[in-house]
Amino acid sequence: MISASGLAAQFTELMLAVLLAPLLTGWVNQCRAWLQNRSAPPLLQPYYVLAKLFAKDVVLAHSASPLFRFAPYLIFGCIALAAAIVPTLGTDLPMNAAADAIALVGLLALARLFIALAGMDIGTAFGSLGSRREMLVGFLAEPALLMVLFTASLISGSTSLATIVETLAHKEFVIYPSLAFAGVAFTMVSLAENARIPVDNPSTHLELTMIHEAMVLEYSGRHLAMIEWAASLKLFVYSCIGLAIFFPFGVAEGGDAFGIVMALPALILKLAIGGVFLALIETLSAKMRIFRAPEFLGIAFLLAVLSMLVHVLLER
Amino acid sequence: MASPLLQVLALACAWIALGALGLLRTSSTAWATRALYPAGALVGLLVAVAGLGALFQPPEALILPLGLPDLPFHVRIDALSAFFLVLLGVAAAGISVFGCGYFRADQGTAPGLVSFYYHLFLASMALVLLADDAYFFMVAWETMALSSYFLVTCDHRHAQIRSAGYLYLLIAHIGAIAILLCFGALQGGSGDYSFDGMRAAQVSGAWATVAYVLALAGFGAKAGIVPLHVWLPEAHPAAPSPVSALMSGVMLKTAIYGLLRVTLDLISFPLWWWGVVALALGLATALFGIVFAAVQSDMKRLLAWSSIENIGLIFAGFGLTLIFRGFGMGALAALALTATLFHCLNHACYKSLLFLCTGSVMHATSERSLGRLGGLIHRMPWVAWCALVGTIAIAGLPPSNGFASEWLLLQAFLFTPGLPQSYLNMLVPVAAAVVALTAALSGYVMVKFYGVVFLGQPREPKLAEAHDAGIWERTGLAWLAMVCVVLGLAPATVIGLLDPVTRALTGSGIAGLAQGWLFLAPIQPERASYSPLLVFAVAATIVLLAWLLVRLFYHGRSRRTRAWDCGFPFLNARMQDTAEGFGQPVRHVFETFFRIRTQAPAPRDLRPVYRESQEDRFWYGLYLPVAQGVNWVTGLVTVLQRGRISTYLTYSFATLLLLLLFVG
Repeated sequence: MISASGLAAQFTELMLAVLLAPLLTGWVNQCRAWLQNRSAPPLLQPYYVLAKLFAKDVVLAHSASPLFRFAPYLIFGCIALAAAIVPTLGTDLPMNAAADAIALVGLLALARLFIALAGMDIGTAFGSLGSRREMLVGFLAEPALLMVLFTASLISGSTSLATIVETLAHKEFVIYPSLAFAGVAFTMVSLAENARIPVDNPSTHLELTMIHEAMVLEYSGRHLAMIEWAASLKLFVYSCIGLAIFFPFGVAEGGDAFGIVMALPALILKLAIGGVFLALIETLSAKMRIFRAPEFLGIAFLLAVLSMLVHVLLER
Repeated sequence: MASPLLQVLALACAWIALGALGLLRTSSTAWATRALYPAGALVGLLVAVAGLGALFQPPEALILPLGLPDLPFHVRIDALSAFFLVLLGVAAAGISVFGCGYFRADQGTAPGLVSFYYHLFLASMALVLLADDAYFFMVAWETMALSSYFLVTCDHRHAQIRSAGYLYLLIAHIGAIAILLCFGALQGGSGDYSFDGMRAAQVSGAWATVAYVLALAGFGAKAGIVPLHVWLPEAHPAAPSPVSALMSGVMLKTAIYGLLRVTLDLISFPLWWWGVVALALGLATALFGIVFAAVQSDMKRLLAWSSIENIGLIFAGFGLTLIFRGFGMGALAALALTATLFHCLNHACYKSLLFLCTGSVMHATSERSLGRLGGLIHRMPWVAWCALVGTIAIAGLPPSNGFASEWLLLQAFLFTPGLPQSYLNMLVPVAAAVVALTAALSGYVMVKFYGVVFLGQPREPKLAEAHDAGIWERTGLAWLAMVCVVLGLAPATVIGLLDPVTRALTGSGIAGLAQGWLFLAPIQPERASYSPLLVFAVAATIVLLAWLLVRLFYHGRSRRTRAWDCGFPFLNARMQDTAEGFGQPVRHVFETFFRIRTQAPAPRDLRPVYRESQEDRFWYGLYLPVAQGVNWVTGLVTVLQRGRISTYLTYSFATLLLLLLFVG
């Protein structure tokens, strides 16, 4: 059942995700700077930051427990595995049989659990504040993401991401009302989950507004580097989930080596356009108060449920 | 080798005997904890083994030479009771081992007496599972209720615990009346109260519906389904921790067993809309329970509310089973039933584990309020890491056992668009959304639980003297944690064990469709498959590789210093989030669920106090009015009660006259 070419494709895809993820973050930051009339940082800036952080000493608080030191690696591992499940280049992935769309959501939730626990570990006011807000965002965003994936699963009759991509890529190019609702919901969820404006601001250090930054305030050195890398990887994973469900064109089917090589430029192009889109949203919207976040995410959740209902009512 | 039925009967008698031995030396703690509880744990293990043996054997029945002259006790073991016996045995083994280290002197009831109630409780649960006629079932059921009542009120010096016990007893008996009436409806006028007679009677139509509604009310009261849940968050925290673990982990499951026995075995042909009722009740309970769990500030109450949530999910799975069964979709009914039973087993393990962890924490700190705990991972690493396993499992995250059963449940929901009922098709996406929301909220609640108890800084100075659990307690915790991990990593094997149960109740199983031991593929592999072992192995490889690479290239030093104080040098442990603070967002989002009472300080108050409580609306909207009504009616009756002998003689005379009129 597991072929050598499948394993090779799986490995390539995982390494590609891990290595390319900071580039996507750099690209989004660059687009944002251009749109906001600032002089842009270099495209490779996230890599420089990671290199610098890795080389630095780790400063741990006295009250840090072993959980705090292991959490960055666990978070990285969970999100990297999630990246391995999402078909980006080809659909012949051995891990797709081991973990489906529900497991994907579960893995992302596991990473969130660990990062929230790590935030509470030191016992400072900011850490627990960040964890609480992260879980607030999470408990509304997670079911919404699951409902978006369920809509795609109902359309393709499978929760396996590979089958979803294959089915959706073969459908004729018409706009499904259910997928339109799901698309809006998914965009809102990914903004919230990746600590983006309007829910959180990745570049803020104003204590009262931050979520992600407050949680990881105590991390330094290689631990912080792993957390930052995992955050880039998470943005990459979410972008790829979006591409897999809504724009699955160009992904190679089966273990076709030529198709996988051809899928790479298509993926890079799609990601680049996605990055511009994200930068545009972030430039055009303002950060909301944290108390508005549940409303924002509640709307996303309702839209996602609606997309399932629309599918059940209209498209069968 | 005796037959499984005789083995289990002998083991139940062994439990009763152990309890009776406790009465010999009621005041000796050592007698109970060094002799009786270890033996009880061994018996639990043997019950699990005997249950496993009985799973794959044909049903076996026996009539005991006990009971009333014309009503001997019938016992029977089949796949369903065997599965629940396994659940009982596995949980009881861990909990009893923990109990060896837990029970101490001077905690209310004498230790030997506690041991008596404890083992009687275990034995009565086993007998509930074996009973094969309504009479014996009710005897075992009532023994279970009474022995657990005495266990709940162990520490009867506190008025609060006494009133919690009273509430428990009251609702348990309301439930018992409903169950009794349900059996009455099931015997269909034949007067035969053995379960065999009920199977043969095949009541149908209105009587079957009456029986179902009564069973739902009766067993729902035991399981803690909304609106009959109010006793649960009072009684479970009041009991000693091993008893809380047994009640939450196992006793609630006997109610599920009863419900399955009545609807799928005794009635055997459920109507589809019964399932809709159970599904709606289950989902409401799940959401209600988890939202209340999020705002609790007592760790055992938090876990008790979370039990209500889990029972809600189990009911939802049960409802889905009935819906599929009602439409004659056997394979899907088997899928939903598998998810339900698997979730029962998982909940028994992780909820017992977490309740036992709170027991260790209470021993070490004598605190159960979340606001006075914190930082225990440093002082109690063993308990903390076991609790982390339970936390991940209860939050339903891969690769834990909680995720495996929720995965199966969600898969069952994804098949519902195939139902031949257009309204149901529409309702089901909403139901799946509620399940997903509940699962996500349970992650929130468990981060709160674990983070506030074990992480951060100690909120009280005395916590610095906390000690880790003793060797007995550690063994009990490690056993349950291990079972959780094994159940999580080998779900395909567990499904193989559930196969005889689903075949007996729904006529089909899903084990044949699972892809070997590695992959869990409930219907077709291309439709959905999941392999926790692979997920775990690959994730562990990535984590280890990342760690090794980072350590290889950057053997950077690390040093310890004070936490970053943002320029404010007076940080202390009280500035961490409190439990109330952590629950605040949920309270804000789900405000309508609560009856919130706020007591704000007056301006210029020298000692300002701010108090806020979230209470259950059902208590004020349903229970207190009913209690007032009962009071009012009894007030009317007291008019008759004059306290003068002449009045009572007049009553007797009038009654006699009336009777003479009738006879004449």
